[in-house]
Amino acid sequence: MTRTSEPVDGERTAATTTADPQPAEAPAARSETAAADRSGVPGAARGGRPRWEGRTIAVLFLAPALLTLAALVVYPILYTIWLSLHNADGSRFVGLDNYVTMFTAADVRKAITNNVIWVVVAPSLVTIIGLILAVLTERVRMATAFKTILFMPMAISFLAAGVTFRMVYDESPDRGAANAFAVAVHDMFRSPSPYHGTSVREGSLLVADADGALRTAGNVDANQPVLLPLVGLPEDRIPSAAAPAAATDAGQGLRGVVWLDFTRGGGGTAGVVDPTERGLPAMAVEALRDGAVVGRTTTAADGRFSFPDLTGDGYQIRLAGSNFTEPFAGVTWLGPSLVTPAIIGAYIWIWAGFAMVLISAGLAAIPRDALEAARMDGATEWQVFRLVTAPLVRPVLTVVFVTLVINVLKIFDLILVIAPESSQDDANVVALEMYRVSFGGGLDFGLGSALGVLLFLLVLPAMLLRIRSMRKGVS
Amino acid sequence: MSISVPMRVPELEPAGTVVVGPPRRSLLSRVVGRTGGVLVQVAVVAIALFWLFPTVGLAVASLRDTADNSASGWWTVFTAPSQLTLDNYASLLQNETILRSLWNTVLITVPSTLLVVIIGAFGAYALAWLEFPGRDWVFVIVVALIVVPVQVAIIPDARLFGALGMYGTIPAVVAFHVAFGLPFAIFLLRNFFAAIPRDLLEAARMDGGSEFTIFRKVVLPIGWPAVASLGIFQFLWVWNDLLVALVFATSDNAPITYALREQMRAFSSNVDVIGPGAFVSMAVPLIVFFAFQRYFVQGVLAGSVK
Repeated sequence: MTRTSEPVDGERTAATTTADPQPAEAPAARSETAAADRSGVPGAARGGRPRWEGRTIAVLFLAPALLTLAALVVYPILYTIWLSLHNADGSRFVGLDNYVTMFTAADVRKAITNNVIWVVVAPSLVTIIGLILAVLTERVRMATAFKTILFMPMAISFLAAGVTFRMVYDESPDRGAANAFAVAVHDMFRSPSPYHGTSVREGSLLVADADGALRTAGNVDANQPVLLPLVGLPEDRIPSAAAPAAATDAGQGLRGVVWLDFTRGGGGTAGVVDPTERGLPAMAVEALRDGAVVGRTTTAADGRFSFPDLTGDGYQIRLAGSNFTEPFAGVTWLGPSLVTPAIIGAYIWIWAGFAMVLISAGLAAIPRDALEAARMDGATEWQVFRLVTAPLVRPVLTVVFVTLVINVLKIFDLILVIAPESSQDDANVVALEMYRVSFGGGLDFGLGSALGVLLFLLVLPAMLLRIRSMRKGVS
Repeated sequence: MSISVPMRVPELEPAGTVVVGPPRRSLLSRVVGRTGGVLVQVAVVAIALFWLFPTVGLAVASLRDTADNSASGWWTVFTAPSQLTLDNYASLLQNETILRSLWNTVLITVPSTLLVVIIGAFGAYALAWLEFPGRDWVFVIVVALIVVPVQVAIIPDARLFGALGMYGTIPAVVAFHVAFGLPFAIFLLRNFFAAIPRDLLEAARMDGGSEFTIFRKVVLPIGWPAVASLGIFQFLWVWNDLLVALVFATSDNAPITYALREQMRAFSSNVDVIGPGAFVSMAVPLIVFFAFQRYFVQGVLAGSVK
């Protein structure tokens, strides 16, 4: 990690082109000289003030900050470590029990697993998307407006973003944009059957078969029409092509009628084709003999179907399951299995602009001369990218990636807000679990502290590397 | 480590975008380039619309009544604009919980920001320009504290505030925000202050100016951009916070994020409060974003390491 991140300071200085002094100007480079000439001069020599006075002022200037930090950050860290070795209310020393619980209790393990998923997936996706966006914006018009739009989510709270995405992910396709889109796309490829939800008239021949199909219970023969009454189809879903059902005996071979056995306004006899009852057209019908399909047809406008070639007996009629396919109701985005990916989607929406802006700056800092020189030497665009652009951009990508990893480790609000109560266990992460066990009703300060320590340990490498580079820079 | 160093990536406008045309290209590559350019432009516009979509959805939904929101999607306003109404906002103005929580957000955010900037600036000045033993160590430790997750401190701090009788109050929330804002503040300002030319300070010292005068008359005016970036970052950080408020505030002292989170337990029935409430809570950050874009981007990029 250090190795890859080290060139960044140099890169960053290269990116610093404007004149005004900026915090970013590599402190390493500057403070080397600054420290060198400062160390030689005793503080007393400057301005003719005695040394003790300078120190007193320094103490006065620093005291508010250091006292606050000591009381509310440093001491609590030590106290949390102490608490993590004790039971729920801190009254009894339990050794590493809380840490054992952490890795064995199912809900905490789920939280840790989810955190791993987050760290593996989210930073890399955001970095890749940021890179693509940065490359895309390099030469378009109105790039600034575009970047403003993409960066805007960084300004709003996770709560507001969460509210926004709760609406996007609403399960009803009538309300949630994500499902409205999913259903539209789905129906484009596979339209729902008009007959979903219909059921069998009691006492008729039909029984349920596998895959939602309906099948005649016993054998039927070609001597007389097979009557297949269905009920439960709402008026507005009856196909406009439907004609009055015909129960005629005419024709030969295996034949019959599928109709809606329901007379509007009452009346009519169950299982009998009454005058105003309508046939169900375009229903897929299969004829089976000994379990094998021997014929396929569809019903006509009056609901009739026939297999002229099939005579004799021993048949079964099956109305294929495809007639009754339920319409696609959308995806349960915030259900147990998809809740984490869905929230990662919201996270990408928030952070892609951040990645894009940093990477854009990295791209802008690449000297155009180098690119042109490579092109003049006959390098292809791919070679230019691979040999010139990529190595120069890699440090920025590392910065973005590592920043996101640290950020994702501590992810909390977004999950609390987007995941509904019912699937919060499935979306759980360490920071949320820490809050839940210690404040959200759990009141187990021992386990909560252990989880806090775990988070602390996870960011510790970043902290140590930071100290290392500071030590190199400052002293 | 390098990630900790805030980058100089100031504006959203890329530097040096004036592209001098490449030498010679065949007609074919120029045609390909141009069609490709149009495609890229179209793609970029599509992406921008896609990115705006959720926010626009929230804005439109906040302008429809509950019945409309539960019956159909917000996009139906394109065919039936008569759905739009300000009723939700009107009733939000009558909603005392929401109004008080908005005011609480102000009461928490403003002191937290001012205190971090002031205390941080004094500390940063001392670390940049005053001589005392162990100075570099102090700075290193402060910088190391930037990445400390709040989770490792909230339980002891809650107990501490409880012992002091201030648990659940706004000062407790402010104190915690100040404590966790300081490391980054000191880091950012110290680096900026240290870059001020030594001669300026020496001259002021020779003229007999006290350290406080130098700090106020020389360092702060020059360091203003960094102070502004820090102030904006800290302001947004606190304004948008939920976790600290959940832990340290009682519902009477809760900020808007907390109050809206309470409403979300019954999300669909409370959309008429949550939608406009969330939008109002977004308004301030968005105004800051558009008004101070340059400082904002600097601050957010630098502070994102927290």
